[in-house]
Amino acid sequence: MINIPSTVKISVRALRVNKMRSALTMLGIIIGVAAVITMLAVGTGARQKIGEQIASMGSNQLIVLPGASTSGGARMGAGSQMTLSMGDAEAILKECPAVSYVAPVLGGVAQVIYGNQNWSTSVTGTTPGMLVVRDWQISEGRSFTDDDVRGATKVCLLGQTVVENLFGSIDPIGQIVRIKKVPFTVIGVLDRKGQSPNGQDQDDTIYIPVTTAQKKIFGTTFPGMVRIIMVKAKGAEELSQAQKQITELIRQRHRIGQKQDDDFTVRNLTQMMQASEQSARVMALLLGSIAGVSLLVGGIGIMNIMLVSVTERTREIGIRMAVGAKTWDIRLQFLIEALILSLIGGGVGILIGVSGSQVLSNLAGWPTIVSMSSIFLAFSFSGVVGIFFGFYPAMKASLLDPIEALRYE
Amino acid sequence: MSLIEVQDISKNYNLGDVQVCALCGVSLSMDKGDFVAVMGQSGSGKSTFMNILGCLDKPTSGRYSLEGVDVSELSRDELAVIRNKKIGFVFQGFNLLSRTSALENVELPMLYNGLPAKDRKELAMAALKTVGLSGRENHHPNQLSGGQQQRVAIARALVNKAPLILADEPTGNLDTKTSREIMDLFVTLNEESDITVIIVTHEPDIAVFSKRTIRFLDGRVVSDGQTVKL
Repeated sequence: MINIPSTVKISVRALRVNKMRSALTMLGIIIGVAAVITMLAVGTGARQKIGEQIASMGSNQLIVLPGASTSGGARMGAGSQMTLSMGDAEAILKECPAVSYVAPVLGGVAQVIYGNQNWSTSVTGTTPGMLVVRDWQISEGRSFTDDDVRGATKVCLLGQTVVENLFGSIDPIGQIVRIKKVPFTVIGVLDRKGQSPNGQDQDDTIYIPVTTAQKKIFGTTFPGMVRIIMVKAKGAEELSQAQKQITELIRQRHRIGQKQDDDFTVRNLTQMMQASEQSARVMALLLGSIAGVSLLVGGIGIMNIMLVSVTERTREIGIRMAVGAKTWDIRLQFLIEALILSLIGGGVGILIGVSGSQVLSNLAGWPTIVSMSSIFLAFSFSGVVGIFFGFYPAMKASLLDPIEALRYE
Repeated sequence: MSLIEVQDISKNYNLGDVQVCALCGVSLSMDKGDFVAVMGQSGSGKSTFMNILGCLDKPTSGRYSLEGVDVSELSRDELAVIRNKKIGFVFQGFNLLSRTSALENVELPMLYNGLPAKDRKELAMAALKTVGLSGRENHHPNQLSGGQQQRVAIARALVNKAPLILADEPTGNLDTKTSREIMDLFVTLNEESDITVIIVTHEPDIAVFSKRTIRFLDGRVVSDGQTVKL
């Protein structure tokens, strides 16, 4: 039969009597909650950004690069020589069970002309598998097919940036563009992909069949050579397996002896990105727990003030007991007081945390994401802090001896 | 059946090895409608006696029944309910909640028995009217004179229609004229509403307002009889 509305009213009044003290007590919780929200927002933002980059790159991806070569005692850098072939690509797909798609790549920068417009962009010769490896969709028209690759047809897919620069508002499908003066028919437009993890515009590109690239655009010394081979593993778990299988296969194919260095490298981009995601996650956790500590300190502040308040109001507690307040009436009064302090503090802290994250992303340019779950977490945590740290003072108040309390000066 | 029935109650305190009895085997009864003055020097046990009568304290031994209910074995919360329903307290220092209006002070006991807000206000206003403080309900204690504050305290004691009012030196902080007015109020309440009033005092001219005087000395009742009117 506890009268909750009246108890709340009593508590609110007690807090309003000491406005300054209540505000200062809340400050601890406000700072704690604001810090938790902001730190989680920074952490989530960083993770989300990395996640987006991984997705834009294509998932479960491996890249086979030509290795370093030595020419007359001078070591050339990685990729200085083309050592990979179309045959390597086909063999990888056929003989590595952990691989689901491959896409050989031969490309370079070339001038592209349409009508009176021209644009320098990266031209990539590849196979239809490329779109699968990079998780890339066609937004208009169609992709080229294996037949186009076999027949080395002069068709191309344009990235969004290329479309904007050459065509403006004209529909590019079916138009003829000239790549290094060779006419190509535009058969499709790629979806917008955005920036790559290192800030390159991924939409500034043209895809053509790899055979056409070999024969018409970037003539190779040896026919059938490609610059790199993109590989998609069957799944995240098969990535390292695929890496091993590819290494073994290509060593065999290139006849590399036991003691010789590889003339190629297999790189696992996804794994690298996942490592940075992992570190972002750890960072977020670290920041969050530091913020959690300040919330804890805020809670101790509440307990401190509530204890002072109980001592100060001993006589009031005595009066209430004399006129019939039961143990839980008194206990609840102080608990609700602590809860109000912490919940108002939590509410204000959320406002500050949310706007703080906004300011941080506007000024410092950090991507921040305030998730509903972090707001919920911070708010309920501040409620728990209120109850936890309010309980001891409330217990103390409710167990006072009414006679002693009435006599208290 | 008498309102208060006290049988051989004692209250002992342990002071190190020595046991001191503040109340040593007191037995008495009071009827409904009594007006009792409890007198005695400080340390005579009268305050301890009043605390036990007020259900604020429990006797070490003996039996105390209020309106036929044995309260000496009740729990803390059960005693709180008894205090709420059956006993009104008036203290020497008024013991009103500061920064709280007269009306809310009077409403206080009803916060703990689940009355709806509308009834609380109605009853509190009526109690304030009884003690002659209509129109002062929104004043805070520091805006009221000592006599008026004590009237608010009496209204608070009345508001739950308790059959018993315990007043511990209710005029101790008041001047002679105001003391007289307060005592007149107690007499009126006793005669018109049949409320049992027990007053602790050491002033003989306050005790004369009562019908019966009980004197304590060293934890025992030394005299108990009709008040001698001066």
